[in-house]
Amino acid sequence: MNTPPTSRPAEESFAVRKATRPAWDVLSERALEILIYLCGISAIVFVLGIFFFVFKEALPILGNSHFSLTQFLFSDQWYPTSELNKRYGVFAMIAGTFSVTALAMLIAVPFGLGAAIYISEFCGGRTKETLKVVIELLAAIPSVVWGFIGLTVMSRLIVNYTGAPVGVNILNGGIILALMSVPIIVSIGEDALKAVPDSYREAGLALGATRWQLVRRVLLPAAKTGLLAAVLLGVGRGVGETMAVLMATGHAVHIPHGIFDSVRTLTANIAAELGEAPANSDHYRVLFLTGVLLFALTFIVNLAADLVVRGIRRR
Amino acid sequence: MSASSQPCITTRDLNLWYAKFQALINVSVDIKEGLITSLIGPSGCGKTTLLRCFNRVNERYGYVTTTGQIRILGKNIYDPDVSLIELRKSVGMVFQRPNPLPISVYENVVFGLRIHGEGDVLRRASLDQAVETALTEVGLWNDLKDRLDAKATTLQLEQQQKLCIARLLPLKPRVILMDEPCSALDVEGTRAIEELMFGLKGRYTILIVTHNMAQARRASDECIFMLLGERVEHRRTEDLFLAPGNPRTAEYIEGRYG
Repeated sequence: MNTPPTSRPAEESFAVRKATRPAWDVLSERALEILIYLCGISAIVFVLGIFFFVFKEALPILGNSHFSLTQFLFSDQWYPTSELNKRYGVFAMIAGTFSVTALAMLIAVPFGLGAAIYISEFCGGRTKETLKVVIELLAAIPSVVWGFIGLTVMSRLIVNYTGAPVGVNILNGGIILALMSVPIIVSIGEDALKAVPDSYREAGLALGATRWQLVRRVLLPAAKTGLLAAVLLGVGRGVGETMAVLMATGHAVHIPHGIFDSVRTLTANIAAELGEAPANSDHYRVLFLTGVLLFALTFIVNLAADLVVRGIRRR
Repeated sequence: MSASSQPCITTRDLNLWYAKFQALINVSVDIKEGLITSLIGPSGCGKTTLLRCFNRVNERYGYVTTTGQIRILGKNIYDPDVSLIELRKSVGMVFQRPNPLPISVYENVVFGLRIHGEGDVLRRASLDQAVETALTEVGLWNDLKDRLDAKATTLQLEQQQKLCIARLLPLKPRVILMDEPCSALDVEGTRAIEELMFGLKGRYTILIVTHNMAQARRASDECIFMLLGERVEHRRTEDLFLAPGNPRTAEYIEGRYG
Protein backbone atom coordinates (compact mmCIF):
# COMPACT_ATOMS: atom_id res chain seq x y z
CA MET A 1 0.00 0.00 0.00
CA ASN A 2 1.04 3.55 -0.63
CA THR A 3 1.91 5.78 2.25
CA PRO A 4 -1.00 8.02 3.15
CA PRO A 5 -0.76 11.63 2.04
CA THR A 6 0.50 13.94 4.74
CA SER A 7 -2.14 16.64 4.66
CA ARG A 8 -5.53 15.95 6.25
CA PRO A 9 -7.83 17.39 3.58
CA ALA A 10 -6.33 15.22 0.85
CA GLU A 11 -6.85 12.12 2.95
CA GLU A 12 -10.45 13.00 3.57
CA SER A 13 -11.09 13.60 -0.09
CA PHE A 14 -9.69 10.16 -0.90
CA ALA A 15 -11.97 8.62 1.72
CA VAL A 16 -15.01 10.40 0.29
CA ARG A 17 -14.22 9.20 -3.17
CA LYS A 18 -13.87 5.60 -2.11
CA ALA A 19 -17.21 5.61 -0.34
CA THR A 20 -19.03 6.88 -3.41
CA ARG A 21 -17.72 4.21 -5.79
CA PRO A 22 -20.46 1.78 -6.80
CA ALA A 23 -20.33 -1.56 -5.01
CA TRP A 24 -20.20 -3.38 -8.36
CA ASP A 25 -16.93 -1.60 -9.32
CA VAL A 26 -15.32 -2.48 -6.04
CA LEU A 27 -16.42 -6.10 -6.24
CA SER A 28 -15.45 -6.67 -9.84
CA GLU A 29 -12.02 -5.18 -9.20
CA ARG A 30 -11.55 -7.49 -6.25
CA ALA A 31 -12.70 -10.48 -8.31
CA LEU A 32 -10.28 -9.62 -11.10
CA GLU A 33 -7.46 -9.31 -8.61
CA ILE A 34 -8.17 -12.80 -7.30
CA LEU A 35 -8.45 -14.21 -10.82
CA ILE A 36 -5.08 -12.74 -11.82
CA TYR A 37 -3.57 -14.10 -8.63
CA LEU A 38 -4.85 -17.58 -9.42
CA CYS A 39 -3.42 -17.39 -12.95
CA GLY A 40 -0.12 -16.33 -11.42
CA ILE A 41 0.22 -19.24 -9.04
CA SER A 42 -1.34 -21.83 -11.38
CA ALA A 43 2.07 -22.77 -12.76
CA ILE A 44 3.24 -23.78 -9.30
CA VAL A 45 0.03 -25.72 -8.66
CA PHE A 46 0.33 -27.62 -11.94
CA VAL A 47 4.00 -28.51 -11.48
CA LEU A 48 3.43 -29.74 -7.95
CA GLY A 49 0.28 -31.56 -9.02
CA ILE A 50 1.97 -33.38 -11.90
CA PHE A 51 4.93 -34.31 -9.75
CA PHE A 52 2.62 -35.56 -7.00
CA PHE A 53 0.58 -37.84 -9.28
CA VAL A 54 3.55 -39.22 -11.17
CA PHE A 55 5.34 -39.88 -7.91
CA LYS A 56 2.24 -41.43 -6.31
CA GLU A 57 1.97 -43.96 -9.14
CA ALA A 58 5.67 -44.78 -8.91
CA LEU A 59 6.02 -44.93 -5.15
CA PRO A 60 4.77 -48.48 -4.36
CA ILE A 61 7.50 -50.05 -6.52
CA LEU A 62 10.19 -48.60 -4.27
CA GLY A 63 8.90 -50.65 -1.34
CA ASN A 64 8.71 -53.84 -3.43
CA SER A 65 11.25 -56.49 -2.39
CA HIS A 66 11.85 -57.63 -6.01
CA PHE A 67 12.90 -54.18 -7.05
CA SER A 68 16.26 -52.52 -6.52
CA LEU A 69 16.85 -48.85 -7.27
CA THR A 70 20.53 -49.49 -8.05
CA GLN A 71 19.52 -52.06 -10.62
CA PHE A 72 16.98 -49.64 -12.07
CA LEU A 73 19.59 -46.92 -12.55
CA PHE A 74 22.69 -48.91 -13.47
CA SER A 75 21.59 -52.10 -15.20
CA ASP A 76 20.99 -52.32 -18.93
CA GLN A 77 18.71 -55.34 -18.54
CA TRP A 78 15.22 -54.25 -19.50
CA TYR A 79 12.94 -57.32 -19.52
CA PRO A 80 9.67 -56.08 -18.06
CA THR A 81 7.57 -58.85 -19.54
CA SER A 82 9.80 -61.85 -18.97
CA GLU A 83 7.88 -64.77 -17.46
CA LEU A 84 10.64 -66.06 -15.21
CA ASN A 85 12.94 -63.20 -14.46
CA LYS A 86 11.61 -59.66 -14.81
CA ARG A 87 14.39 -57.08 -14.85
CA TYR A 88 13.89 -53.32 -14.86
CA GLY A 89 17.15 -51.56 -15.74
CA VAL A 90 16.98 -48.27 -17.67
CA PHE A 91 20.68 -47.54 -17.93
CA ALA A 92 20.69 -48.24 -21.67
CA MET A 93 17.89 -45.74 -22.12
CA ILE A 94 19.69 -43.11 -20.02
CA ALA A 95 22.66 -43.66 -22.33
CA GLY A 96 20.31 -43.41 -25.31
CA THR A 97 18.80 -40.12 -24.15
CA PHE A 98 22.23 -38.65 -23.42
CA SER A 99 23.82 -39.76 -26.68
CA VAL A 100 20.99 -38.50 -28.89
CA THR A 101 20.76 -35.19 -27.02
CA ALA A 102 24.52 -34.68 -27.06
CA LEU A 103 24.77 -35.31 -30.80
CA ALA A 104 21.77 -33.07 -31.44
CA MET A 105 23.36 -30.23 -29.48
CA LEU A 106 26.69 -30.74 -31.22
CA ILE A 107 24.88 -30.02 -34.47
CA ALA A 108 22.24 -27.55 -33.31
CA VAL A 109 24.33 -25.19 -31.16
CA PRO A 110 26.76 -24.00 -33.87
CA PHE A 111 23.97 -23.85 -36.45
CA GLY A 112 21.51 -22.15 -34.14
CA LEU A 113 23.91 -19.57 -32.74
CA GLY A 114 25.34 -18.93 -36.21
CA ALA A 115 21.87 -18.29 -37.56
CA ALA A 116 21.03 -16.05 -34.61
CA ILE A 117 24.18 -13.99 -35.20
CA TYR A 118 23.49 -13.76 -38.92
CA ILE A 119 19.90 -12.67 -38.43
CA SER A 120 20.70 -10.19 -35.70
CA GLU A 121 23.90 -8.64 -37.04
CA PHE A 122 24.61 -9.39 -40.67
CA CYS A 123 21.40 -9.22 -42.62
CA GLY A 124 18.88 -6.47 -42.82
CA GLY A 125 15.36 -5.59 -43.81
CA ARG A 126 13.68 -8.13 -46.09
CA THR A 127 16.08 -11.03 -45.55
CA LYS A 128 15.75 -10.67 -41.81
CA GLU A 129 11.96 -10.70 -41.79
CA THR A 130 11.79 -13.63 -44.22
CA LEU A 131 14.26 -15.67 -42.21
CA LYS A 132 12.43 -15.03 -38.96
CA VAL A 133 9.11 -16.12 -40.44
CA VAL A 134 10.62 -19.26 -41.97
CA ILE A 135 12.31 -20.21 -38.73
CA GLU A 136 9.04 -19.80 -36.87
CA LEU A 137 7.46 -22.12 -39.44
CA LEU A 138 10.19 -24.64 -38.72
CA ALA A 139 9.28 -24.48 -35.04
CA ALA A 140 5.64 -25.12 -35.85
CA ILE A 141 6.15 -28.49 -37.57
CA PRO A 142 4.63 -31.19 -35.31
CA SER A 143 7.14 -33.60 -33.88
CA VAL A 144 5.44 -36.65 -35.38
CA VAL A 145 6.09 -35.17 -38.82
CA TRP A 146 9.75 -34.82 -37.94
CA GLY A 147 9.69 -38.44 -36.81
CA PHE A 148 8.16 -39.44 -40.10
CA ILE A 149 10.90 -37.64 -42.01
CA GLY A 150 13.48 -39.41 -39.85
CA LEU A 151 11.90 -42.79 -40.46
CA THR A 152 11.62 -42.46 -44.23
CA VAL A 153 13.80 -39.78 -45.83
CA MET A 154 16.66 -39.50 -43.37
CA SER A 155 16.97 -43.21 -42.71
CA ARG A 156 17.28 -43.96 -46.44
CA LEU A 157 19.89 -41.21 -46.84
CA ILE A 158 21.91 -42.58 -43.93
CA VAL A 159 21.87 -46.13 -45.29
CA ASN A 160 22.85 -44.93 -48.78
CA TYR A 161 25.64 -42.60 -47.77
CA THR A 162 27.20 -44.29 -44.75
CA GLY A 163 26.46 -47.93 -45.41
CA ALA A 164 25.07 -48.35 -41.91
CA PRO A 165 22.97 -51.53 -41.59
CA VAL A 166 19.97 -49.65 -40.20
CA GLY A 167 19.01 -46.07 -40.93
CA VAL A 168 17.19 -45.44 -37.67
CA ASN A 169 19.95 -44.76 -35.16
CA ILE A 170 21.64 -42.10 -33.01
CA LEU A 171 22.75 -40.12 -36.05
CA ASN A 172 19.23 -40.03 -37.45
CA GLY A 173 17.65 -39.08 -34.11
CA GLY A 174 20.38 -36.54 -33.44
CA ILE A 175 19.89 -34.79 -36.77
CA ILE A 176 16.11 -34.72 -36.43
CA LEU A 177 16.35 -33.44 -32.87
CA ALA A 178 18.91 -30.83 -33.94
CA LEU A 179 16.54 -29.57 -36.63
CA MET A 180 13.82 -29.32 -34.01
CA SER A 181 16.01 -27.47 -31.50
CA VAL A 182 17.51 -24.97 -33.95
CA PRO A 183 14.43 -22.72 -34.13
CA ILE A 184 14.35 -22.38 -30.33
CA ILE A 185 18.06 -21.60 -30.14
CA VAL A 186 17.78 -19.11 -33.00
CA SER A 187 14.85 -17.17 -31.63
CA ILE A 188 16.07 -17.00 -28.02
CA GLY A 189 19.63 -16.31 -29.18
CA GLU A 190 18.50 -13.54 -31.49
CA ASP A 191 16.55 -11.95 -28.64
CA ALA A 192 19.68 -12.08 -26.49
CA LEU A 193 21.75 -10.36 -29.17
CA LYS A 194 19.05 -7.78 -29.80
CA ALA A 195 19.12 -6.93 -26.09
CA VAL A 196 22.79 -5.88 -26.27
CA PRO A 197 22.80 -2.06 -26.10
CA ASP A 198 23.54 -0.42 -29.41
CA SER A 199 26.14 1.77 -27.71
CA TYR A 200 28.42 -1.28 -27.46
CA ARG A 201 28.21 -1.79 -31.22
CA GLU A 202 28.98 1.88 -31.83
CA ALA A 203 31.91 1.73 -29.45
CA GLY A 204 33.34 -1.26 -31.27
CA LEU A 205 32.74 0.14 -34.75
CA ALA A 206 34.20 3.52 -33.84
CA LEU A 207 37.37 1.75 -32.74
CA GLY A 208 37.61 0.24 -36.20
CA ALA A 209 36.36 -3.26 -35.47
CA THR A 210 35.12 -5.33 -38.40
CA ARG A 211 31.68 -6.88 -38.07
CA TRP A 212 33.10 -10.26 -37.14
CA GLN A 213 35.45 -8.73 -34.56
CA LEU A 214 32.46 -6.89 -33.17
CA VAL A 215 30.54 -10.16 -32.83
CA ARG A 216 33.41 -12.09 -31.32
CA ARG A 217 34.84 -9.52 -28.97
CA VAL A 218 31.82 -7.45 -28.00
CA LEU A 219 28.48 -9.10 -28.67
CA LEU A 220 29.24 -12.67 -27.63
CA PRO A 221 30.66 -11.63 -24.24
CA ALA A 222 27.82 -9.16 -23.71
CA ALA A 223 25.07 -11.62 -24.64
CA LYS A 224 26.58 -14.77 -23.16
CA THR A 225 23.87 -15.21 -20.51
CA GLY A 226 21.07 -15.09 -23.02
CA LEU A 227 22.93 -17.30 -25.47
CA LEU A 228 23.54 -19.87 -22.74
CA ALA A 229 19.86 -19.80 -21.91
CA ALA A 230 19.12 -20.45 -25.59
CA VAL A 231 21.43 -23.47 -25.63
CA LEU A 232 19.98 -24.89 -22.41
CA LEU A 233 16.42 -24.54 -23.66
CA GLY A 234 17.59 -26.51 -26.66
CA VAL A 235 18.98 -29.19 -24.33
CA GLY A 236 15.67 -29.24 -22.48
CA ARG A 237 13.88 -29.82 -25.74
CA GLY A 238 16.30 -32.64 -26.55
CA VAL A 239 15.85 -34.48 -23.26
CA GLY A 240 12.08 -34.15 -23.31
CA GLU A 241 11.29 -34.82 -26.98
CA THR A 242 9.47 -38.12 -27.44
CA MET A 243 7.67 -38.85 -30.66
CA ALA A 244 10.35 -37.86 -33.15
CA VAL A 245 13.11 -39.77 -31.37
CA LEU A 246 10.83 -42.76 -30.86
CA MET A 247 10.46 -42.98 -34.63
CA ALA A 248 13.99 -42.03 -35.65
CA THR A 249 16.28 -43.86 -33.21
CA GLY A 250 15.33 -47.50 -33.83
CA HIS A 251 14.01 -48.25 -30.36
CA ALA A 252 16.59 -50.88 -29.44
CA VAL A 253 17.47 -51.27 -25.74
CA HIS A 254 21.19 -51.29 -26.12
CA ILE A 255 24.15 -49.28 -24.83
CA PRO A 256 25.46 -47.57 -27.98
CA HIS A 257 29.05 -47.92 -29.17
CA GLY A 258 28.87 -45.52 -32.09
CA ILE A 259 26.53 -43.11 -33.81
CA PHE A 260 25.23 -45.82 -36.14
CA ASP A 261 23.81 -47.87 -33.27
CA SER A 262 20.10 -47.87 -32.60
CA VAL A 263 19.05 -46.76 -29.15
CA ARG A 264 15.92 -46.20 -27.11
CA THR A 265 15.40 -43.05 -25.04
CA LEU A 266 13.67 -42.73 -21.66
CA THR A 267 10.80 -40.78 -23.16
CA ALA A 268 10.29 -43.13 -26.08
CA ASN A 269 10.23 -46.09 -23.70
CA ILE A 270 7.41 -44.60 -21.67
CA ALA A 271 5.43 -43.63 -24.76
CA ALA A 272 5.77 -47.06 -26.33
CA GLU A 273 5.11 -49.24 -23.30
CA LEU A 274 2.71 -47.43 -21.01
CA GLY A 275 -0.28 -48.39 -23.15
CA GLU A 276 0.68 -52.08 -22.95
CA ALA A 277 1.47 -52.27 -19.25
CA PRO A 278 -1.41 -53.48 -17.03
CA ALA A 279 -2.46 -50.69 -14.66
CA ASN A 280 -0.80 -50.87 -11.24
CA SER A 281 1.51 -53.72 -12.29
CA ASP A 282 5.20 -53.49 -11.48
CA HIS A 283 5.92 -52.67 -15.12
CA TYR A 284 3.43 -49.79 -14.99
CA ARG A 285 4.98 -48.42 -11.81
CA VAL A 286 8.52 -48.67 -13.15
CA LEU A 287 7.46 -46.63 -16.18
CA PHE A 288 6.15 -43.97 -13.82
CA LEU A 289 9.44 -44.12 -11.95
CA THR A 290 11.15 -43.44 -15.28
CA GLY A 291 8.90 -40.39 -15.48
CA VAL A 292 10.18 -39.26 -12.08
CA LEU A 293 13.73 -39.78 -13.32
CA LEU A 294 13.07 -37.61 -16.39
CA PHE A 295 11.51 -35.00 -14.18
CA ALA A 296 14.63 -35.00 -12.00
CA LEU A 297 16.92 -34.78 -15.06
CA THR A 298 15.17 -31.75 -16.53
CA PHE A 299 15.03 -30.18 -13.09
CA ILE A 300 18.79 -30.60 -12.71
CA VAL A 301 19.43 -29.14 -16.19
CA ASN A 302 17.23 -26.13 -15.44
CA LEU A 303 18.69 -25.60 -12.00
CA ALA A 304 22.24 -25.82 -13.34
CA ALA A 305 21.33 -23.35 -16.06
CA ASP A 306 19.87 -21.00 -13.53
CA LEU A 307 22.94 -21.18 -11.28
CA VAL A 308 25.33 -20.69 -14.18
CA VAL A 309 23.35 -17.73 -15.47
CA ARG A 310 23.26 -16.14 -12.02
CA GLY A 311 26.97 -16.77 -11.57
CA ILE A 312 27.77 -15.04 -14.83
CA ARG A 313 25.51 -12.15 -14.04
CA ARG A 314 27.12 -11.54 -10.67
CA ARG A 315 30.59 -11.21 -12.18
CA MET B 1 50.17 28.58 -29.60
CA SER B 2 52.50 25.83 -30.58
CA ALA B 3 50.04 24.02 -32.80
CA SER B 4 50.21 24.79 -36.48
CA SER B 5 47.22 26.37 -38.11
CA GLN B 6 47.19 23.75 -40.87
CA PRO B 7 43.70 22.47 -41.54
CA CYS B 8 43.34 18.91 -40.35
CA ILE B 9 39.77 18.30 -41.45
CA THR B 10 38.32 20.06 -44.46
CA THR B 11 34.80 19.64 -45.73
CA ARG B 12 33.46 21.02 -49.01
CA ASP B 13 29.79 21.22 -49.91
CA LEU B 14 28.90 18.42 -47.57
CA ASN B 15 25.26 17.38 -47.81
CA LEU B 16 23.71 14.54 -45.88
CA TRP B 17 20.24 13.03 -45.95
CA TYR B 18 18.57 10.69 -43.49
CA ALA B 19 16.19 9.09 -46.02
CA LYS B 20 14.37 12.19 -47.31
CA PHE B 21 15.35 14.54 -44.51
CA GLN B 22 18.35 16.73 -45.24
CA ALA B 23 20.38 17.06 -42.07
CA LEU B 24 23.47 18.83 -43.48
CA ILE B 25 23.32 21.52 -46.16
CA ASN B 26 26.45 22.57 -48.05
CA VAL B 27 28.69 22.49 -45.02
CA SER B 28 32.22 23.71 -45.66
CA VAL B 29 34.59 24.00 -42.72
CA ASP B 30 38.33 23.92 -42.12
CA ILE B 31 39.23 22.53 -38.75
CA LYS B 32 42.74 23.34 -37.62
CA GLU B 33 45.19 20.75 -36.50
CA GLY B 34 45.98 20.44 -32.80
CA LEU B 35 43.25 22.75 -31.60
CA ILE B 36 40.04 22.11 -29.72
CA THR B 37 37.12 23.06 -31.93
CA SER B 38 33.61 23.07 -30.54
CA LEU B 39 30.41 22.57 -32.50
CA ILE B 40 27.48 24.45 -31.03
CA GLY B 41 23.89 25.07 -32.01
CA PRO B 42 20.38 24.15 -30.95
CA SER B 43 19.09 20.55 -30.97
CA GLY B 44 18.66 19.16 -34.44
CA CYS B 45 21.06 21.60 -36.08
CA GLY B 46 23.24 18.80 -37.42
CA LYS B 47 26.27 19.17 -35.19
CA THR B 48 26.29 15.54 -34.07
CA THR B 49 25.57 14.42 -37.63
CA LEU B 50 28.56 16.40 -38.86
CA LEU B 51 30.76 14.92 -36.15
CA ARG B 52 29.65 11.41 -37.03
CA CYS B 53 30.59 12.01 -40.67
CA PHE B 54 34.24 12.33 -39.76
CA ASN B 55 34.64 8.65 -38.88
CA ARG B 56 31.79 7.59 -41.18
CA VAL B 57 29.97 5.93 -38.31
CA ASN B 58 26.78 7.50 -39.70
CA GLU B 59 26.81 4.97 -42.45
CA ARG B 60 25.84 2.04 -40.29
CA TYR B 61 22.26 3.07 -40.90
CA GLY B 62 21.47 2.06 -44.44
CA TYR B 63 19.30 5.08 -45.18
CA VAL B 64 22.02 7.75 -45.05
CA THR B 65 23.19 9.46 -48.26
CA THR B 66 26.16 11.79 -48.32
CA THR B 67 27.51 14.04 -51.07
CA GLY B 68 30.48 16.40 -51.06
CA GLN B 69 33.97 15.99 -49.75
CA ILE B 70 35.65 15.47 -46.42
CA ARG B 71 39.44 15.57 -46.34
CA ILE B 72 41.19 14.44 -43.22
CA LEU B 73 44.95 15.04 -43.27
CA GLY B 74 44.70 15.59 -46.99
CA LYS B 75 42.86 12.38 -47.83
CA ASN B 76 39.27 12.34 -49.03
CA ILE B 77 37.61 9.87 -46.71
CA TYR B 78 34.90 9.06 -49.24
CA ASP B 79 37.43 7.80 -51.80
CA PRO B 80 36.73 4.18 -52.65
CA ASP B 81 40.22 3.07 -51.59
CA VAL B 82 39.76 4.37 -48.04
CA SER B 83 39.65 1.62 -45.42
CA LEU B 84 37.01 2.33 -42.79
CA ILE B 85 39.11 0.40 -40.33
CA GLU B 86 42.18 2.58 -40.87
CA LEU B 87 40.05 5.73 -40.86
CA ARG B 88 38.49 4.84 -37.52
CA LYS B 89 41.90 3.98 -36.14
CA SER B 90 43.11 7.52 -36.73
CA VAL B 91 39.80 9.23 -35.94
CA GLY B 92 38.64 8.14 -32.50
CA MET B 93 35.27 8.87 -30.99
CA VAL B 94 33.91 9.50 -27.49
CA PHE B 95 30.16 9.21 -27.02
CA GLN B 96 27.50 11.04 -25.08
CA ARG B 97 26.86 8.23 -22.61
CA PRO B 98 30.12 6.63 -21.50
CA ASN B 99 30.08 3.29 -23.32
CA PRO B 100 32.95 1.15 -22.08
CA LEU B 101 32.57 -2.42 -23.27
CA PRO B 102 31.30 -4.96 -20.73
CA ILE B 103 34.76 -6.44 -20.27
CA SER B 104 37.62 -5.59 -17.91
CA VAL B 105 39.29 -2.19 -17.70
CA TYR B 106 42.46 -3.74 -19.10
CA GLU B 107 40.69 -5.33 -22.06
CA ASN B 108 38.89 -2.08 -22.82
CA VAL B 109 42.17 -0.22 -23.16
CA VAL B 110 43.83 -2.88 -25.32
CA PHE B 111 40.71 -3.53 -27.39
CA GLY B 112 41.97 -1.44 -30.27
CA LEU B 113 45.38 -3.12 -30.23
CA ARG B 114 43.80 -6.54 -30.16
CA ILE B 115 41.68 -5.86 -33.22
CA HIS B 116 44.32 -3.97 -35.21
CA GLY B 117 47.66 -5.02 -33.85
CA GLU B 118 49.71 -7.99 -34.81
CA GLY B 119 52.95 -9.66 -33.75
CA ASP B 120 54.97 -7.95 -31.06
CA VAL B 121 52.28 -5.44 -30.14
CA LEU B 122 50.18 -8.26 -28.72
CA ARG B 123 52.86 -9.55 -26.34
CA ARG B 124 51.77 -9.29 -22.75
CA ALA B 125 54.55 -6.87 -21.83
CA SER B 126 53.74 -4.38 -24.55
CA LEU B 127 50.01 -4.57 -23.82
CA ASP B 128 50.76 -3.90 -20.15
CA GLN B 129 52.87 -0.94 -21.17
CA ALA B 130 50.11 0.41 -23.43
CA VAL B 131 47.57 0.16 -20.62
CA GLU B 132 49.81 1.98 -18.17
CA THR B 133 50.62 4.75 -20.66
CA ALA B 134 47.03 5.30 -21.72
CA LEU B 135 45.59 5.24 -18.22
CA THR B 136 48.32 7.54 -16.94
CA GLU B 137 47.57 9.99 -19.71
CA VAL B 138 43.90 10.24 -18.73
CA GLY B 139 44.72 10.31 -15.01
CA LEU B 140 43.19 6.95 -14.13
CA TRP B 141 46.33 4.91 -13.51
CA ASN B 142 46.64 5.63 -9.80
CA ASP B 143 42.96 4.95 -9.17
CA LEU B 144 42.68 1.83 -11.24
CA LYS B 145 46.09 0.17 -11.32
CA ASP B 146 44.95 -2.39 -8.75
CA ARG B 147 41.55 -2.89 -10.36
CA LEU B 148 42.50 -3.56 -13.96
CA ASP B 149 40.45 -6.75 -13.89
CA ALA B 150 37.31 -4.99 -12.70
CA LYS B 151 34.47 -4.88 -15.17
CA ALA B 152 34.57 -1.47 -16.83
CA THR B 153 30.82 -0.96 -16.60
CA THR B 154 31.05 -0.99 -12.78
CA LEU B 155 33.23 2.15 -12.62
CA GLN B 156 31.91 5.60 -11.80
CA LEU B 157 30.61 7.49 -14.83
CA GLU B 158 33.51 9.94 -14.81
CA GLN B 159 36.02 7.08 -14.77
CA GLN B 160 34.09 5.33 -17.51
CA GLN B 161 34.25 8.37 -19.74
CA LYS B 162 38.00 8.79 -19.08
CA LEU B 163 38.43 5.13 -19.91
CA CYS B 164 36.57 5.69 -23.18
CA ILE B 165 39.16 8.34 -24.02
CA ALA B 166 42.02 6.16 -22.81
CA ARG B 167 41.06 3.28 -25.07
CA LEU B 168 41.54 5.48 -28.14
CA LEU B 169 45.10 6.43 -27.28
CA PRO B 170 46.97 3.15 -27.91
CA LEU B 171 45.89 3.41 -31.57
CA LYS B 172 47.64 6.79 -31.80
CA PRO B 173 44.74 8.64 -33.40
CA ARG B 174 45.20 12.06 -35.02
CA VAL B 175 41.68 13.27 -34.33
CA ILE B 176 39.39 12.71 -31.33
CA LEU B 177 35.69 13.34 -31.84
CA MET B 178 33.65 13.99 -28.72
CA ASP B 179 29.87 13.95 -28.81
CA GLU B 180 28.67 15.85 -25.72
CA PRO B 181 31.16 13.93 -23.60
CA CYS B 182 30.11 15.61 -20.35
CA SER B 183 26.35 15.55 -20.60
CA ALA B 184 26.07 12.51 -18.34
CA LEU B 185 28.60 13.84 -15.81
CA ASP B 186 28.39 16.13 -12.80
CA VAL B 187 30.35 19.35 -12.35
CA GLU B 188 33.46 17.61 -11.06
CA GLY B 189 33.38 15.08 -13.86
CA THR B 190 32.93 17.80 -16.45
CA ARG B 191 35.88 19.73 -15.09
CA ALA B 192 38.02 16.61 -15.12
CA ILE B 193 37.18 15.84 -18.76
CA GLU B 194 37.85 19.44 -19.79
CA GLU B 195 41.24 19.38 -18.07
CA LEU B 196 41.96 16.15 -19.85
CA MET B 197 41.10 17.80 -23.16
CA PHE B 198 43.58 20.59 -22.44
CA GLY B 199 46.18 17.96 -21.70
CA LEU B 200 45.57 16.20 -25.02
CA LYS B 201 45.42 19.38 -27.07
CA GLY B 202 48.28 19.92 -29.46
CA ARG B 203 49.00 16.25 -29.93
CA TYR B 204 45.48 15.50 -31.07
CA THR B 205 42.94 17.52 -33.00
CA ILE B 206 39.86 17.57 -30.82
CA LEU B 207 36.31 18.22 -31.97
CA ILE B 208 33.65 18.53 -29.33
CA VAL B 209 29.90 18.79 -29.79
CA THR B 210 28.31 20.56 -26.85
CA HIS B 211 24.95 21.90 -25.78
CA ASN B 212 26.60 23.88 -23.09
CA MET B 213 27.67 27.26 -24.41
CA ALA B 214 29.69 28.01 -21.32
CA GLN B 215 31.64 24.85 -21.92
CA ALA B 216 32.31 25.77 -25.55
CA ARG B 217 33.50 29.15 -24.34
CA ARG B 218 35.91 27.99 -21.68
CA ALA B 219 37.14 24.77 -23.29
CA SER B 220 37.61 25.41 -27.00
CA ASP B 221 39.97 27.41 -29.21
CA GLU B 222 37.62 27.68 -32.13
CA CYS B 223 33.91 27.46 -32.39
CA ILE B 224 31.54 26.47 -35.17
CA PHE B 225 27.94 27.60 -34.86
CA MET B 226 25.40 25.57 -36.81
CA LEU B 227 21.70 26.08 -37.44
CA LEU B 228 19.22 23.88 -39.32
CA GLY B 229 21.94 21.88 -41.00
CA GLU B 230 24.02 24.84 -42.13
CA ARG B 231 27.30 26.16 -40.90
CA VAL B 232 26.55 29.71 -39.83
CA GLU B 233 29.80 30.89 -38.37
CA HIS B 234 33.28 29.55 -37.63
CA ARG B 235 35.72 31.74 -35.73
CA ARG B 236 38.03 31.82 -32.76
CA THR B 237 35.94 31.15 -29.69
CA GLU B 238 36.64 34.49 -28.03
CA ASP B 239 35.68 36.36 -31.17
CA LEU B 240 32.53 34.34 -31.70
CA PHE B 241 31.30 35.03 -28.19
CA LEU B 242 32.44 38.64 -27.93
CA ALA B 243 31.68 39.85 -31.41
CA PRO B 244 29.54 37.38 -33.32
CA GLY B 245 29.54 38.14 -37.02
CA ASN B 246 26.09 36.86 -37.78
CA PRO B 247 22.88 38.10 -36.10
CA ARG B 248 21.61 34.51 -35.74
CA THR B 249 24.77 33.60 -33.81
CA ALA B 250 24.34 36.63 -31.61
CA GLU B 251 20.76 35.74 -30.79
CA TYR B 252 21.69 32.13 -30.02
CA ILE B 253 24.51 32.98 -27.67
CA GLU B 254 22.29 35.51 -25.95
CA GLY B 255 19.86 32.70 -25.35
CA ARG B 256 16.95 34.05 -27.40
CA TYR B 257 16.31 30.58 -28.85
CA GLY B 258 17.75 27.10 -28.59
